[in-house]
Amino acid sequence: MSTLEIKDLHVQVTTEDGPKEILKGVTLTINDGETHAIMGPNGSGKSTLAYSIAGHPRYEITSGSVLLDGEDVLEMSVDERARAGLFLAMQYPVEVPGVSVANFLRTAKTAIDGEAPKLRTWVKDVNGVMERMNLDASFSQRSVNEGFSGGEKKRHEIAQLDLLDPKVAILDETDSGLDIDALKVVSEGVNRFRERDGKGVLLITHYTRILRYIQPDFVHVFVDGRVADEGGPELADELEANGYEKYTKAAV
Amino acid sequence: MTAVAEALENATDRVESHLNPPASYDLADHPVPTGREEVWRFTPLKRLRGILDGEASDAHLKWDTTLPVGVTLTEITAEQARELELPPNERPAALSAELSGGAILLDVPAETVVAEPVVLRLTGSSVDDLVWGRVLYRVGAHAEVTLVLVHEGSARYSAIQTFLVGDGAQVNVLTLQDWDDDAVHLGRDAIRVGRDASVKHTSISFGGDLVRMHANVEYAGPGGEAELLGLYFADEGQHLEHRLFADHNAPKTKSHVVYKGALQGEKAHTVWIGNVLIRKVAEGIETYEENRNLVLTDGCQADSVPNLEIETGEIEGAGHASATARFDDEQLFYLRSRGVSEKEAQRLVVHGFFNDLIRKVGIPSIEEKLLETVEAELAKNVLKELV
Ligand SMILES: Nc1ncnc2c1ncn2[C@@H]1O[C@H](COP(=O)(O)OP(=O)(O)OP(=O)(O)O)[C@@H](O)[C@H]1O
Ligand SMILES: [Mg+2]
Repeated sequence: MSTLEIKDLHVQVTTEDGPKEILKGVTLTINDGETHAIMGPNGSGKSTLAYSIAGHPRYEITSGSVLLDGEDVLEMSVDERARAGLFLAMQYPVEVPGVSVANFLRTAKTAIDGEAPKLRTWVKDVNGVMERMNLDASFSQRSVNEGFSGGEKKRHEIAQLDLLDPKVAILDETDSGLDIDALKVVSEGVNRFRERDGKGVLLITHYTRILRYIQPDFVHVFVDGRVADEGGPELADELEANGYEKYTKAAV
Repeated sequence: MTAVAEALENATDRVESHLNPPASYDLADHPVPTGREEVWRFTPLKRLRGILDGEASDAHLKWDTTLPVGVTLTEITAEQARELELPPNERPAALSAELSGGAILLDVPAETVVAEPVVLRLTGSSVDDLVWGRVLYRVGAHAEVTLVLVHEGSARYSAIQTFLVGDGAQVNVLTLQDWDDDAVHLGRDAIRVGRDASVKHTSISFGGDLVRMHANVEYAGPGGEAELLGLYFADEGQHLEHRLFADHNAPKTKSHVVYKGALQGEKAHTVWIGNVLIRKVAEGIETYEENRNLVLTDGCQADSVPNLEIETGEIEGAGHASATARFDDEQLFYLRSRGVSEKEAQRLVVHGFFNDLIRKVGIPSIEEKLLETVEAELAKNVLKELV
């Protein structure tokens, strides 16, 4: 089972001119096994939503709640959230110089499972995932995200998704900056994850092209820190044809 | 304005650089410092425990080594040392030359290729011992050798060391300051790089109450390359100071400096001074220097001063970088968002910070030990709650 319930979430950041509210009441529920897409213009607060759920210290939750299978996520530290089953594939994955991918993956897996993975199966698992993600074998020895191309960073995020096997994955523009082959590889990775029992996905994107590979159950239009509209997959096509104009005008 | 343009602007026709006082064996040229001198202003003189007074002493460190075939270690007289050595630029080095009563010369003959590292283990028995050291390392043309110098135990140790690297030779030197908590170490390593020779010099300071190390490089001809690396980990109350001087006195030479340090605990203090002088003759040279400090707790101080003095515009490249920072929140967030606890994330980041430098050292048997020592240092403070 995995249900992520976001209720009336308000989030602000501190700026030079004082606090600024970015999320202005977001309500959204991802039920067992569902994939939701969030689409919205630049600056509408999509990454803010993703980071707030993951617990980034820059974002202050002023009201609202986030529950994962009924448990209060906002009470948990960043790493507790991950261990509870949340995963965020970041729009801009961070470089960690000197820490090898292999070491990073093993440390993360050990933390999530509460015990070190069995060496033999683990090496096989990692190699398998790397291969499926079309990442070179030498990749494991490189420093995390350091000198990775944009596409490699995104594929590395999905490799982690596969290995860490969370309950709910939030993918923040994992499709942006990918060429068509990489997009397929990434989509297949996400779809493999979705095939597992009861996994939830929140997929943030600007483009409908990824939705041709990863069919969402629901599409939400995100404008100015709120969900402005929601519907089925057909809503994505409508957005592609008409853009966000009708919503952004209404928001002003 | 770029660093190069700025330095050129200030350049005049100096013969001697203001970056390093002139060399001299005459103690009158190196008066007891008051602490206001540019080269002494960062050093807590009181904690030198009277070394600079220059008392005579015949105490020694215990030397432990196994010499491979071809490599010799001999005692030479002060006069013989003077003919070979690079003279002192500051008081402790001058005192060491004056008071050591002779010197030790390690010789690697020309064209000798030594496969295994030559390890010299120097052990002090007490901080009450005042030890004057004077060592010369002479590596002949086209020889290849790795020298590892380990300092352990305790002493008040002041040493003047000279590395003469023959034409086309390849030398890897590592000096490890792994002293007990109360030791005081003033070291001067000066390297002359032969034509087309390449030298790597790594200085690693973990232990001691006060450690102040010079690593100076000059060139005997064009085409020489020097890589100066350093790693230090300062704990509560420790003063670790590293002073570099790359004197580009020949054309087409290279210097590449990377020093990295971590600080933890009240009054942990590190100093890094990176001086680079590009003389008029030194056309077509390349130099880069970098110092990074990671501040792990409150109450520490890291001083970092790169100096570039340029007397010719005809250079291939010159650059420097210096940064002192706390943990990067974005790195910690990224690791923690993968379930890794805060302490464990910090541990990974610190290891990562040092890892690429440790890999550059190029001595596998030592790299392993260095990683362990970093781990042990972390256990003292940052990871206390973890253990
Ligand atoms: N630390 C901050 N200080 C000031 N403003 C911020 C801060 N973080 C985010 N914002 C602002 O909040 C708004 C939402 O940003 P967010 O990154 O969530 O948008 P987004 O929908 O992910 O945009 P994109 O499609 O470009 O990725 C933007 O206007 C952004 O400038
Ligand atoms: Mg975004």
